[in-house]
Amino acid sequence: MSSPPLPSAAEQPLVEIENVDFSYGKRAILKGISLTVRRRKVVAIMGGSGCGKTTLLRLIGGQLLASKGVVRVLGENVGALDREGMYQVRRKMGMLFQFGALFTDISVFDNIAFQLREHTELPEEMIHDLVLMKLNAVGLRGTAKLFPSELSGGMARRVALARTVVLDPTLIMYDEPFAGLDPISLAVVGQSIRKLNDSLGATSIIVTHDVQESLQIVDYLYFVADGKIVGQGTPDEIRASTEPYIKQFVHAEMDGPVPFHYPARDYADDLNLNSCAAKVAL
Amino acid sequence: MMSKLFAAISNLGARGTDAIWRGGSMARFFFLVLSQSGMSFRRFHLTIREIFFSGVMSLVIIMVSGLFIGMVLGLQGFETLQTYGAEEQMGVLVALSLVRELGPVVTALLFASRAGSAITAEIGLMKATEQLKAMDMMAVDPIARVVAPRFWAGVVSMPLLAALFSAMGIFGGYLVAMILVGIDSGVFWSNMQDAVDFRYDIMNGVVKSIVFGIAISVIATFEGFDAEPTAEGVSRATTRTVVTSALTVLALDLMLTGFMLRPV
Repeated sequence: MSSPPLPSAAEQPLVEIENVDFSYGKRAILKGISLTVRRRKVVAIMGGSGCGKTTLLRLIGGQLLASKGVVRVLGENVGALDREGMYQVRRKMGMLFQFGALFTDISVFDNIAFQLREHTELPEEMIHDLVLMKLNAVGLRGTAKLFPSELSGGMARRVALARTVVLDPTLIMYDEPFAGLDPISLAVVGQSIRKLNDSLGATSIIVTHDVQESLQIVDYLYFVADGKIVGQGTPDEIRASTEPYIKQFVHAEMDGPVPFHYPARDYADDLNLNSCAAKVAL
Repeated sequence: MMSKLFAAISNLGARGTDAIWRGGSMARFFFLVLSQSGMSFRRFHLTIREIFFSGVMSLVIIMVSGLFIGMVLGLQGFETLQTYGAEEQMGVLVALSLVRELGPVVTALLFASRAGSAITAEIGLMKATEQLKAMDMMAVDPIARVVAPRFWAGVVSMPLLAALFSAMGIFGGYLVAMILVGIDSGVFWSNMQDAVDFRYDIMNGVVKSIVFGIAISVIATFEGFDAEPTAEGVSRATTRTVVTSALTVLALDLMLTGFMLRPV
């Protein structure tokens, strides 16, 4: 009997996280998380604030190291790489930070050109054309000479998006790309993420808590709560899910597995009502 | 009572260990910056840009301060020298005070306040707005790209600014001597040239200003890089830069002056 054929490079997952733990000091953030991101897919990691989803992104980017388990990106074990090895992997990655993280002391043009000048020997004329093409793709060619302080929040996010994809990365990571955007900017950023992923043949991971926008653009979703994966599926499966956490999250219900109230003493005790009642009884 | 005493002692101990840790971290940071300095020289325009911001932008405060301090030295010196009938030595007094001591020290204090604080605030804000993390994710080392050019800009700018400060001070002293006191210009300059030694006076001043430049640049870049990434954290780091730089410069000055004393 012959063994099953090994998966080809195209079929191999781009990111594999196996049984990963991570803690800040004594506070456990991730507890035995495993997930897989296949090539050319747009995957969302969702969950409430402080659930550990941004930490997950930082582990994939090698900015943090797992205390247990393996994070494998582009076939490399991130935890075992030295600094130079990590930089080699990062050259194939792009990351969009929550508020863009544009360099404020240089113009929009220079921000986009930054990686081209740092990592390539391209002549300035070619850099000029490439930068304008990337800016045109996000509809902001006219802002090339402006400084980041002159852009609105939505525009800054789109410029940062253009900067993220300037070297045509294999893996693009987005940290809360929809936070604080108006509906128009939100739709523009959402559609840009999908279009860029498909046109570059890249793979995208979006960390977000914006359910409705994500359901429209992603191929697969993971839900993280309390440092664990509590649900996963395609957008259709997620919409139809009856799992209590996913249901509460997707339908924005106030109470459910995630309680409305932070743990506290009994309400009547806090208001001293019980002691007053006791005094009255006496 | 005893518990309060223990708390006070442990608090003192914690502060002591914290200070030692910070000193150690700063030393490691210094060597890291030195090891990542290649880019600052290969792509010298990065360093030139920072020399403009640290050095050129400090020119006004340094030159004006130098002029005034030189004039004050002239006036104060004249009053004392007059008592001994030695007012013709005014040029010597002004020049030696400036090139040996006041030039490097006052320039260092002004440089820490003007440029050091700006470097800390800039790097601290870059950290707070995730620009340093973004750079690191782009496989560009922030120490090599952001810190090292600012460090070397400080090291290059400080001796040049100190020299300018001393030159302006001497010019200020000359103005007082010529216009207010009426000392002959030839006497002022020739006495000065006779008394100021290139090796012992000028070069020692230059060495001091280079050492101060290194100290301020390390402190300013470290405090920025180490700042807590919040508005309050950056403001505290900026204050620490000015205070630590001032105390370090004065302590180093005492040590260097001790080493540089001319054998009798």
